[in-house]
Amino acid sequence: MTQGLGLLSVLVWLPIIGGLAVLAVGDRQAGLARWLALAVSVLTFLLSVPLWSGFDTTTAAFQFVEKLPWIPAFNASYHLGVDGISMPLVLLTTLMTIPVVVAAWGSVEKRPAQYLASFLIMEGLMIGVFSALDSLLFYFFWEAMLIPMFLIIGIWGGARRVYATLKFFLYTFLGSVLMLVALVYMYIQAGTYDIVALHKLPLSMTEQYWIFLAFFAAFAVKVPMFPVHTWLPDAHVEAPTGGSVVLAAVMLKMGGYGFLRFSLPIAPDASAALDDFMIVLSLIAVVYIGLVALVQQDMKKLIAYSSIAHMGFVTLGTFLGFAILSAPAAGPAAALGLEGTRLAGAAMGIEGAMVQMVSHGLISGAMFLCVGVMYDRLHSREISAYGGVINVMPKFGALMVLFAMANSGLPGTSGFVGEFLVIIASFKANFWYALLAAVTLILGAAYTLWLIKRVIFGPVANENVARMRDLDARELGVLGALALGVLLLGLWPAPLLEVMQVTVRHLVEQVMTSKLPL
Amino acid sequence: MTPSTLSLATALPEIFLTAAICIVLLVDVFAGAAGRRITPTLTLIVLAGGAALTLAYAQSGTTVELFSGMYVSDPLAVVLKLAGFLFVAVGLLYSRHYLETRGILRGEYYVLALTALLGVFVMISAGSLLTLYIGIELLALSLYAMVAFDRESGVAAEAAMKYFVLGAIASAALLYGMSLIYGLTGSLLLPEIARALQGEASLGLVMGVVFLVVGVAFKFGAVPFHMWVPDVYHGAPSAVALFVSAAPKLGSFALAYRLFVSGLGGVSDTWIQMLAIVAGLSMVAGNLIAIAQTNLKRMLAYSTIGNVGFILAGFVAGTEQGYEAALYYTLVYVLMVLGSFGVILVASRAGFEADELAHYKGLHQRDPGLAFMMLMLMFSTAGIPPFVGFWAKLQIFQVLWATDNMALVLIGAAVSVIGLFYYLRVVKLMYFDEPGDLPTIERRTGVRLALGLNAITVLVLGLMPSALLALCAQVLS
Repeated sequence: MTQGLGLLSVLVWLPIIGGLAVLAVGDRQAGLARWLALAVSVLTFLLSVPLWSGFDTTTAAFQFVEKLPWIPAFNASYHLGVDGISMPLVLLTTLMTIPVVVAAWGSVEKRPAQYLASFLIMEGLMIGVFSALDSLLFYFFWEAMLIPMFLIIGIWGGARRVYATLKFFLYTFLGSVLMLVALVYMYIQAGTYDIVALHKLPLSMTEQYWIFLAFFAAFAVKVPMFPVHTWLPDAHVEAPTGGSVVLAAVMLKMGGYGFLRFSLPIAPDASAALDDFMIVLSLIAVVYIGLVALVQQDMKKLIAYSSIAHMGFVTLGTFLGFAILSAPAAGPAAALGLEGTRLAGAAMGIEGAMVQMVSHGLISGAMFLCVGVMYDRLHSREISAYGGVINVMPKFGALMVLFAMANSGLPGTSGFVGEFLVIIASFKANFWYALLAAVTLILGAAYTLWLIKRVIFGPVANENVARMRDLDARELGVLGALALGVLLLGLWPAPLLEVMQVTVRHLVEQVMTSKLPL
Repeated sequence: MTPSTLSLATALPEIFLTAAICIVLLVDVFAGAAGRRITPTLTLIVLAGGAALTLAYAQSGTTVELFSGMYVSDPLAVVLKLAGFLFVAVGLLYSRHYLETRGILRGEYYVLALTALLGVFVMISAGSLLTLYIGIELLALSLYAMVAFDRESGVAAEAAMKYFVLGAIASAALLYGMSLIYGLTGSLLLPEIARALQGEASLGLVMGVVFLVVGVAFKFGAVPFHMWVPDVYHGAPSAVALFVSAAPKLGSFALAYRLFVSGLGGVSDTWIQMLAIVAGLSMVAGNLIAIAQTNLKRMLAYSTIGNVGFILAGFVAGTEQGYEAALYYTLVYVLMVLGSFGVILVASRAGFEADELAHYKGLHQRDPGLAFMMLMLMFSTAGIPPFVGFWAKLQIFQVLWATDNMALVLIGAAVSVIGLFYYLRVVKLMYFDEPGDLPTIERRTGVRLALGLNAITVLVLGLMPSALLALCAQVLS
């Protein structure tokens, strides 16, 4: 089966080539570079829409597949394709690049063309990560993406940017190298790097444990899970607004995606055996990190910690399935009247994780953009520097409150759907999991709303705040569009769920099938 | 065409090079001051002509023996020689202006470069221990002289002295090992040795192999015989450091391959264990010590030591794929190190050696193009895709896993992370720091184009690695 280049290749390479073109235009013609970058990002998004409209929701097979020989010596091919898990993430990537480009308009004066080019190149590489069906190609994009992010934080970041970016790179690289070692091991066993073939590769329990842990090193750092999350607050705080948006909205999703694409299907027995470990780490992230977020003085840091807590729901939902499948038949689930087979419960957990990823992509991106808007005006991220912003910036205040509500999981916003699905699923597994997970809804509301109270409401805190001007049309457009997305996804999540349903069901069946000899 | 001339045609690269050396020397002597302009160009023409001849007379896919088996030409030799011509030409191209501004642009430099290359070729085509040794000495003596070429420089003289003394000891060790092997097998010819040495290794053989490993490790600059590398890289003029780090690595690879694989392939257990230790130590020590360096040339020296560990790890696998990986790594590494030293040469100017790390502060603001090339080369050397260095490392991991060398795989993975730090530091200095009052960089289009091409090659080979991989597989099968 050899298919030529297609839509996915265009989505990968158009932003990269566009980024190089922006680089060639150069900083001297910043205006032209900005318009070109905007055109490329919008065009990429428009081109990615057919992925959604042309997606066949009745099959779990990969779609829009492209397969060309790449490195015959390693039996690795240029193999791209999407299924219900990766397609929404590709769309999230193309969507979230636009606000990044637009947000840079007024706020990035230093080497703007290079800034935009880095983001466009990174967009292409991230799409490559989500659509690669060859693990070597996946790794290729996965690592290459670190280079533009390293430069973005290092060049355009805040005061401690060098420390933050080195930490970011080394941390993620350490995990990735271990993943590479595992991939090479499986290549030696299977003779190929093809992901679908690796899904079918029989592995003993010991092998699965080691492979699972190697993948865990790569993906847990990326998500990031407790206790390897410490790079994220540093990176977020020092990164420029756009960097924070991409980091939170897309890059963290790669960890969640990696668990779904690699860890679960390749090492199902090890995943099942280690599910308690993963669930406990997720719950620590959800509860402990939520408490940490409560005491932050820096807005970006607060949102960064909130990201870690929200991503805890993703890993929780991902690994709940095993607990559900092994839970006693007449458990609290039956008592609470939440009917349905265990299979559906496991699928619900994963669907919740997926929705949470997409929704968190929109919400955290929007939150960081909001902080960026305020930072552009006052050049401070300290919560104490603000107060009563709504009095001078009513439009901004309204939108920020909306995003904050979404962040704390208010029904009607996208933040609610994912968390709700995960919490229901966790009831089926264990009452205590559910209780702990639900507690964070309160915690999440507490730190988000307290942030809003201190920054947005109250009397105008000082003269600097009084001089802040409200959103201009550009900022309003970006934030408004994201608000629309958050509401749409919250009120009517069916299309998103429909897209992933068959794939998720297939994944659950896959992980239920033990790879061990009977 | 009689059979004898046909077979002599196989040795054409060496014959041509020897004749060319005489011509270049004579032209330089008689051209006088004008020779300064003629000799570099003439040398480049010689290298291009030699490459063309090698290609034209290459017996594709066959192995030809000459001079009763003392000389051998096989596909591997052809590829290594072509690479040798290319790398020396590129190196000399980068160096010319540097030599000129330091008043050491003399014909002898080019003659020495060519004799060094001839030494590499003799090693590449060696069919016996004797030929190997002649090649090694021809290369080594040329290099000693080149390191000391700037006679005003005390550091260079010290480096050359160190290099010479340690090199002599290593040569002695190698020779001693060879004599033991000769005593055991009664032959100097590698195929004969391979026939005689099969199965169980005797104590005498192990003794001999120990000395051979010492010699090879020294020539490669592997731990614990690496002490000369940082001093030579640091002390020698940057152009010479570039030369030492490039083409001789091809010779070292050929030495290891001919000696261990062609000659001692039947008793591979003996040398594999020793090389595994040397490789592991080199990876760890090279990458760890590199972190502490403040001088870019010294840092690159330790980085070389670390990378040599990876090359030797390919030999440790002891399979055909392992040697392929080692060959690929060698070629790729030389390509990257050429570029890195090229950047140093371009960034230097009269009276200013850009060899301290601090000299690269804010390079991006002073010269974005040069900084970008260095960025690509540093990421490539660190083994980050999409650059070619990644494939070299990946292939080493693959052959090590395939032969169950888990310890080396894990060491390799760990030092890749450690190594990344000091490569990132160079990028950090260039991109994140402010330039201060460092001198501006001269803009010379020719060298820049070559350097740009070098960097782009690193990227293109990274995006499409299959051709070079297939070539390496082809010449060794």
